Amino acid sequence: MLEHFKPVDQTAIEERCARIRTRSIKKGAKIEGLKMALGMIDLTTLEGKDTPGKVTQLCYKATHLHDELPNLPHVAAVCVYPTFVEQAVSLLKGSGVKVASVATGFPAGQTSREVKLADVKMAVDAGADEVDMVISRGEFLKGNHQFVFNEIAAVKETCGDARLKVILETGELGTLDNVAKASQIAIQAGADFIKTSTGKIKPAATMEVTLVMLEVIRDHYFETGRMVGMKPAGGISNAKLALHYLVMVKEILGEAWLDNHWFRFGASSLANDLILQLMKQETGVYQSGNYIALD
Amino acid sequence: MEVMKTYKMFIGGAFPRTESGRYYELTNPKGEFVANICRGSRKDFRNAAVAARAAQKSWAGKSAYNRSQIIYRIAEIMQQRKSQFVEELTKLGYTAAKANKEFDAAIDLLVYYAGWCDKYVQVSSAVNPVASSHFNFSIPEPTGLVSVIAHQDGPLVGLLQAFVPAIVGGNAVVVLASEKYAMSAVSLAEVLATSDVPGGVVNILTGFASELAPIMASHMDVNALVTFGLDRPLITSIAEACADSVKRLRIHPDIPTKGSLDLIMELQEIKTTWHPIEKISSSGSAY
Repeated sequence: MLEHFKPVDQTAIEERCARIRTRSIKKGAKIEGLKMALGMIDLTTLEGKDTPGKVTQLCYKATHLHDELPNLPHVAAVCVYPTFVEQAVSLLKGSGVKVASVATGFPAGQTSREVKLADVKMAVDAGADEVDMVISRGEFLKGNHQFVFNEIAAVKETCGDARLKVILETGELGTLDNVAKASQIAIQAGADFIKTSTGKIKPAATMEVTLVMLEVIRDHYFETGRMVGMKPAGGISNAKLALHYLVMVKEILGEAWLDNHWFRFGASSLANDLILQLMKQETGVYQSGNYIALD
Repeated sequence: MEVMKTYKMFIGGAFPRTESGRYYELTNPKGEFVANICRGSRKDFRNAAVAARAAQKSWAGKSAYNRSQIIYRIAEIMQQRKSQFVEELTKLGYTAAKANKEFDAAIDLLVYYAGWCDKYVQVSSAVNPVASSHFNFSIPEPTGLVSVIAHQDGPLVGLLQAFVPAIVGGNAVVVLASEKYAMSAVSLAEVLATSDVPGGVVNILTGFASELAPIMASHMDVNALVTFGLDRPLITSIAEACADSVKRLRIHPDIPTKGSLDLIMELQEIKTTWHPIEKISSSGSAY
């Protein structure tokens, strides 16, 4: 499965990320970038304390980011636990916002294949457009790559028409080599998206890890012509960082991926910072979070 | 080998240079070069405001007694560096006697304000008589994020009067130091950095008031702007921006020579609470 694997050059990855961090995007291009990033967000709530009220609020926010600012896009999707999918689907009907659901024993994934597939089926039956699964990190680290591959393939089959995002939980994989290997396994097993993190483990998404994953996507595209999406998640909370990610996507994968069909941010607080920066661009005055709805 | 000190700004507990890379030259009354000082920019102010906002809540949440200890600690550390402060003033034309006097007054002021931390709330609160069955009381709460433009003629007393009353009351501040006495301000920042004041509670910028005042006035996340000795035309030009962002504007023509409760209280908001009580008998209060 990994016969063509080439080790990752960590120093080169870090240097390239450092160069990308020095890019500065201003004026018109900045406004376009901020709006694009807003439209790529998977607005997320994944907490034990989630209630239907919280999900209603989140769905409202997804379609009304900040009504005082005209011409704002809506976010790409909301991301919830399977128990809230049905509710989210009915609230978002006709809005264009997708409903994503985590599944497979999120976030640890420490349960049997049967239970994981039942979890996925529950989400899909309730109408989820997208499923975010977690891989079995323990099996991966044991070297049991075939197990991980089979599991992803089984989940993909259960997903049916729903798009599958595969969470590698890079914060638990230890090395960039492992990130690259897990990315390859996920893509070969049929992932529509690969995603960095659950958001429950630190470090979550970093630019370095994302760069490694983007390069795997690029190599796979050159080999097979099949596009795979990318979703960094967790820890991307400000606009400047989001723009750096967009620069990276454009440089590694090109314009085709600068679309929320192929690139997403898994985030909850990023939306408000993007709105703050857009308002700053609009008014010329530094803004306060007090004037934007928290959720 | 003798090395020259780089005078940097104080933002979020760190000492960055201005992001703009600009500086101005400080000269003594004879016109001789003394030091290069950072000319802070709009983005430096933005960064300082973010740092102050992040620090304000936990600073206000510290016990009054603890804030008092920390402000007293500033005086302790400052005292140790007396010779440095006196020397910086004499370089700018102060006589030794005048510099000593300024320094001693600064220490006195710190000790004075340290004492107020656990007292201003009691002194300024009230239980109000009302005609319904409510226990009605008013207490002061910090305004939040405060920007201050310090007086141009105040090396130490002027600078302390600009920000210490604000932090006594649980606010976080961004203060623009006097152009002329920027060296003293940066040295005071070094004292703050080593005296248990949490990073971000006090941020000290150097630069030009004419450039930064409009930015301070229009920033939506700043809750109050306090000015000392600012030109009338400049005040007029920023007052409207303060109103647009619902910002408290306080104007002081001179440096207050003595510490005062009024300076603390002008950066407090009074919260009045109507607490319902049940009066079930004539034999006294039910709370």
